[in-house]
Amino acid sequence: MAAVLANISNIVIPVLIFVIVAQGITKKVAVYEEFVTGAKEGLQTVVQILPTLVGLMVGVGVLRASGFMAFLGGLIGGFTEKIGIPSDIVPLFLVKMFSSSAATGLVLDIFKTHGTDSYIGLLTSILMSCTETIFYTMSVYFLAAKVTKTKYTLAGALFTSFVGLLLSVYLAGTY
Amino acid sequence: MLNYIWAFMILIGVVFSAFTGNMQSVTEAALDSAKEAVSLCITMAGVMALWMGLMKIAEKEGLLAGMTRLISPLLSWLFPRIPREHPAKKYIATNMVANILGLGWAATPAGLMAMKELAKLEEERGNKNLHIASNEMCNFLILNISSLQLIPVNMIAYRSKYGSVNPTMIIGPAIVATLLSTVAAVVFIKIMDRGGKCSGSSSR
Repeated sequence: MAAVLANISNIVIPVLIFVIVAQGITKKVAVYEEFVTGAKEGLQTVVQILPTLVGLMVGVGVLRASGFMAFLGGLIGGFTEKIGIPSDIVPLFLVKMFSSSAATGLVLDIFKTHGTDSYIGLLTSILMSCTETIFYTMSVYFLAAKVTKTKYTLAGALFTSFVGLLLSVYLAGTY
Repeated sequence: MLNYIWAFMILIGVVFSAFTGNMQSVTEAALDSAKEAVSLCITMAGVMALWMGLMKIAEKEGLLAGMTRLISPLLSWLFPRIPREHPAKKYIATNMVANILGLGWAATPAGLMAMKELAKLEEERGNKNLHIASNEMCNFLILNISSLQLIPVNMIAYRSKYGSVNPTMIIGPAIVATLLSTVAAVVFIKIMDRGGKCSGSSSR
């Protein structure tokens, strides 16, 4: 099964590229010229988000290095353990809101300490599969739209993330 | 909002590190993170250029229009006030399809274009307060953040690397959790969107 999935992930990109170029040629599109035009737009987009990325990653880096994340995890962990959320999960859940790569670091740490198939291991696996990086996504996307007032986005994002957390706790508990 | 979030991270981080004696690591983290952001952008630049180039071809040959048509009924229901042939819809469709397939790197450029098009849509609607998010932007982002990826390929890879007996056993629960959290997001945006209309939002 893992091999099938790995195969699927491996072939998606080449097949996509082939289909796009083949259909372009068939429909007499100037494929190379269009590609270059699009690539230019892509580069401009990256240059535009670079300043936000620097700002945000510095913010997260500072907060993480200060020990605040771990402190918060310990603080909330005492309460959350009563409803079946292990204290290791709390910092992971919080960090995932900010940075996917930082969360991956914590995930691998949990796998090393508790094993992949333990309750915490399964909970971690499911949780990471059904949540996204809230603040990173919001800041980058809203910057592209030049929006600073985000209305109910954060409330909705937190809501779906908590639903994901509770579902993960429930589903991991069924094994 | 983002001003407060960012200020919170920086200020709390520095004050907290003063109490815990982590000032030195904060210095390192600030410098390293800034460098990391640039190197991340450089890595991303190639992929973004490649993807946007391909998308341009796909756009010209009508492939995107075909894909959008496929999930168009669903999008029309989720975003009833985006005009039928508006480019924002195409980018939202691309972003969602890429997210479902787990092509995160492909989803982001399309998502950013969707946000830009949604901003243009607000301008077309004659909205003066362009710094305030439209309901469509909020709804799109909430759906995006609810996670749409059906098969958690990364997690399966990490699990097998760290000696799981059955790395793929999480696919079932992951699909269930993803679908239900997305359903929760849909319910949330449907309620909030209605609220926005009743309060006489000037978005029309």
